[in-house]
Amino acid sequence: MKERTIAFLSGKGGTGKTFLTVNLASAAPSAIYIDCDVEEPNGHLFFRPMWQSSDKVCVPLPEMDSALCDGCRKCANFCAFNALAWANDHLLLFEELCHGCGGCLLVCPHGALRETRREIGEKKEGTSDGVRVLSGFLNPGEATGVPIIRALLTQPDAGRSVFIDCPPGSSCMVSESIRGADYCVLVAEPTRFGAHNLRMVHELLRLYKKPYGVVLNKCLPGEDPSADFCLAHGIPVLARISFDERLGLLNSNARIAAREDEGFREKFRALLLRIEKEACDAAVGHS
Amino acid sequence: MRQLVILSGKGGTGKTTVASAFIRLSQTQACADCDVDAPNLHLVNGPYSFGDSEPYYALPLAEINPARCTACGQCQLACRFDAILPGDAYRVDGHSCEGCGVCALVCPVDAIHMKPHHAGDMTLYTNGDAVFSSAELKMGSGTSGLLVSQVKKRMNAAAKENAAFSIVDGSPGIGCPVIATLSGADVTLIVAEPSLSGMSDLARIVKTARGFGTRIAVCVNKADINPEITLEIQVYCEQEGLLFAGLIPYDSLAQKAVNLGLSIADIPCPSGEAAARVYRKLLPLITQEGPLI
Repeated sequence: MKERTIAFLSGKGGTGKTFLTVNLASAAPSAIYIDCDVEEPNGHLFFRPMWQSSDKVCVPLPEMDSALCDGCRKCANFCAFNALAWANDHLLLFEELCHGCGGCLLVCPHGALRETRREIGEKKEGTSDGVRVLSGFLNPGEATGVPIIRALLTQPDAGRSVFIDCPPGSSCMVSESIRGADYCVLVAEPTRFGAHNLRMVHELLRLYKKPYGVVLNKCLPGEDPSADFCLAHGIPVLARISFDERLGLLNSNARIAAREDEGFREKFRALLLRIEKEACDAAVGHS
Repeated sequence: MRQLVILSGKGGTGKTTVASAFIRLSQTQACADCDVDAPNLHLVNGPYSFGDSEPYYALPLAEINPARCTACGQCQLACRFDAILPGDAYRVDGHSCEGCGVCALVCPVDAIHMKPHHAGDMTLYTNGDAVFSSAELKMGSGTSGLLVSQVKKRMNAAAKENAAFSIVDGSPGIGCPVIATLSGADVTLIVAEPSLSGMSDLARIVKTARGFGTRIAVCVNKADINPEITLEIQVYCEQEGLLFAGLIPYDSLAQKAVNLGLSIADIPCPSGEAAARVYRKLLPLITQEGPLI
């Protein structure tokens, strides 16, 4: 079986991305779990890994040598993000607005700017019962975790299946997370909210031409607008997981059901095989 | 006009469910959905009629004119965001481009221009004097913080002067859209969930919100799913000096209400009654100035 990279996403938050990703990674023979939800990372709470390394993630930040600056304001005029401003005969830098593009250094005619690095978060790596766990943590108050996601996804492939736990939504953070994915799994709830956000992520994946299927989670008897959406759009439903109090309690205590209970483990194994098959078919269809 | 912002850190804890109930209970004259990545409030927000819609233009993105491009590769070297794709003529990956303009600056043959980028749409709904501001970001777009600010600005501009307070539904996480949502908030209600994940996320959103001088209150939704962690959250709030605003039980009728396009305050149900108690507890904080808590 070929090692694949599978991304789990949802649009709406709290549909069960982390639940599904940690359980499937635990049921796989050899897995890497990557938590790209760097704003609110939770996978490590389930895996409780022994951390082996921790690296700061930094972004470039300009620094001014006021002796060389003659106040021409070319840098402030160039900055598309308004991170530099000229006021009271001083160059002001708003660190949180800086994207680190380096443009100000290029336009400065006097070499008055150089670059330092600013920490925005960290990346940790460890293992948990054979699963390699990578998690990113954005420092509170920072605007974007995209550089941390990039740092997490540059890991060399160690011949294992990769399970990517994406942030919620459909913005730049999600696009960055699914860039290298071979197959995507959308986790949806059986509500109007779930169906509406499912539509948004479905459009995102069509835009990126990624093959995908849907897992319906927390299903109750009765109406299911998400299932209806899948049916209407010919999207494969990979599994339908019923709302289950025991599963809910295990999950709320950050316990991995596939590790605690052989029955759950078998179910996640079966789902994993289904996903592998879909991903394989998609790869064949694509080539 | 004062502002109540509803956030959660973790997704799916019930922000929109609580926000829509509060909007109904308060008959507020102004509300907004700032979860521009995955907006849902309009699905349950009652008798607003579709108002005017306006395109949202984010920072212009780079575009390479293939007729001019000599494939020298300088733009690719200078781009820090891996947004330039090589080829006979180079191309810009619009999803990675952050609009900094460095590529256009370094291009020796003037083949690159910055082009306005239609990144989403903003909609203003009305119901008599009441206004509801909302937006939807286009797939994979960045700069959602800027769009959030626009959504709030449109709400404030359209609201009548006598409107007492607005209710703003936020997005999950702690990043740029949340920061933009927090800006200007008088009171922030965090809807927490009783799980280890929920606890961890709660601490991170509280830390983020603290930087904004807003008063912070916490309620626990689906509280009976894990009573032990619910209790831990109450203890945490006490230790951190946050107002504990109450508990809302797990309620399968909440899902039914959503699927009928209603808020939990519209039907008789345990979660709706609990949300009303949380609302009444918060009301003095929302309507009056008071000491920072």
